[in-house]
Amino acid sequence: MQIAKRRPRSGFDREQATLAWTIVAWVVGLLFFFPVVLIVLTGFKSEATAITLPPRFIFEPTLDQYQEIRDRGFFPFFRNSIIASLVSTAIVMVLAVPAAYALALRPMKKWKDVLFFFISTKFLPPAGIIVPLYIIYRDLNLLNTLQGLVIIYVAMNLPIAIWMLRSFFEEVPQAILDAARIDGAGVVREVVQILLPMVGPGLAATAFLSIIFAWNEFFFAVNLVATEKASTVPLFMQKFITSEGLFWAQLSAASTMAIAPVVILGWISQRQLVRGLSMGAVK
Amino acid sequence: MAAAEPGTTQAPNALTAEAAVDTRRYSSLGRWLVAPAFIYAVIVTQAPFLVTLYDSTFRWNLMRPDRKAFIGLENYRNLLSSLTDPSDPYTFRAAIVNSIIFTVGAVVISLLLGLIFAELVNHRFPGRGIVRTMLITPFVVMPVASALGWKNLMMDPDFGIINWVLGPFGLDPVWLAQYPRQSIIIMLVWRWAPFMMLILLAGMQSIDEEVREAARVDGATPWQEFFGITLPHLGRFVQLGALLGTVYIVQETDAIFMTTQGGPGTSTTNLPYRVYETAVRGSNIGLGAAMGVIIVVLTIVAMTFLLRILDRMLRGQYADR
Repeated sequence: MQIAKRRPRSGFDREQATLAWTIVAWVVGLLFFFPVVLIVLTGFKSEATAITLPPRFIFEPTLDQYQEIRDRGFFPFFRNSIIASLVSTAIVMVLAVPAAYALALRPMKKWKDVLFFFISTKFLPPAGIIVPLYIIYRDLNLLNTLQGLVIIYVAMNLPIAIWMLRSFFEEVPQAILDAARIDGAGVVREVVQILLPMVGPGLAATAFLSIIFAWNEFFFAVNLVATEKASTVPLFMQKFITSEGLFWAQLSAASTMAIAPVVILGWISQRQLVRGLSMGAVK
Repeated sequence: MAAAEPGTTQAPNALTAEAAVDTRRYSSLGRWLVAPAFIYAVIVTQAPFLVTLYDSTFRWNLMRPDRKAFIGLENYRNLLSSLTDPSDPYTFRAAIVNSIIFTVGAVVISLLLGLIFAELVNHRFPGRGIVRTMLITPFVVMPVASALGWKNLMMDPDFGIINWVLGPFGLDPVWLAQYPRQSIIIMLVWRWAPFMMLILLAGMQSIDEEVREAARVDGATPWQEFFGITLPHLGRFVQLGALLGTVYIVQETDAIFMTTQGGPGTSTTNLPYRVYETAVRGSNIGLGAAMGVIIVVLTIVAMTFLLRILDRMLRGQYADR
């Protein structure tokens, strides 16, 4: 009797509460996600269907718009984006893995200052360096080149990668490392055979994040690249600012192509997103 | 029960790491491993900033290279004195005001929305993972693409979905013309609320489940549980979210670029966009550089608080009150 009194809500009530919670959560989730759905759907419409009101969710899908953006030269932009994000991420990892390993497990003097130095470069607003960067790039013939973009994307993602990787390295139990060292494992064996397999998922998540940020980056690209030769996808989207924006279906098809690759990476690495952006402070 | 103290799951890890650092000998190997990344970051970020400082002391317009001259702090003097000039000749005051409005508006609303989202998905219900994934997605969507989607598909006065929904209520706003700042903030919130949700969710999940369970057994309503247990625990996570949001959102230009181009008039020109207009489009290198330096100085204030919090969190004082 006592127990029954202390549980005022019956099982039925709980079920109802869960049902209500489920409905509210799904409605909120779908509403918030709706713009993405709308963009993707509109990309498969004809221009005429794209602007009908009420909006049509059932329609004859067409790939015309994808044909259209291909004819307008979308794919060179796409290729440039792939090169810029993959190459910059590869360099980020080459620089960040040793640095993060050292900062986590082989600290040097003032290791904390070094760590905070990296983070402070991330918080330096791009607007604070864009002016001289533009001049320097002009003098070094780096304007309008993918190399130029890669150089700055590496700098942009390096601090996040170092902090994030460091937080993964730190989670490796010290006992395992000590055991390996007692067994006489050298640094190379320690890293390759023990550490890397353990932090593998962390490495992947870090690389994904770096790809996502490089892929979506616009401010440096628009300031440092003015020719199509090195233009990335965000610069293709820029064409839709003006009158081209009237072609909603085409705009949506291009947007879908622009967001699909990294949204998928984002879904895979969603749990690590916050770790990266909070510099490993939140796991 | 001491073991049920929230945060103890985090602390041991961090403490052992901290202790390990103290007992381990500092290695010269470490220095060599960090050096490449360190040198790279210095060259690519610090050197240009020093050049920014240097450039900011010149009258230097790329269109008039013949007039280039060292003028000391005059760019700064001009910018600062323009703050009290009613005509705001450099659109600098407007840019500062807009930056503050966008950042504060977007951070506060994103935090509130993120809190609601986090609470929603912190309960078990069918499809929880899918809902969480949907809520996170806007954060990884390319900002320039989503801005165009908002501008056209959502906010267009004639064919946009929002006005179609509002129509029956007698509302027909021309979003980007009548409410440009609010429109930008909507786009920023859409992007940043998921980020706040992730931070706050991590905070909620570091609350000991036993504490919640005990409250539930005592008959606490979900409402009481939220305000009595969840919210008080989140303080540090809210701080972290607010500060990170501030340093990231101050830098935002993508939505402005794609939708309003700083207008109508100067109503959505923020500081980074103003630097772009001044230096890159207006070729006024000296003045643009001075603006850039001022932005950095303003950011450093927020950053100082941020670094302090990160430092504390790193030391594993995760959930103390």
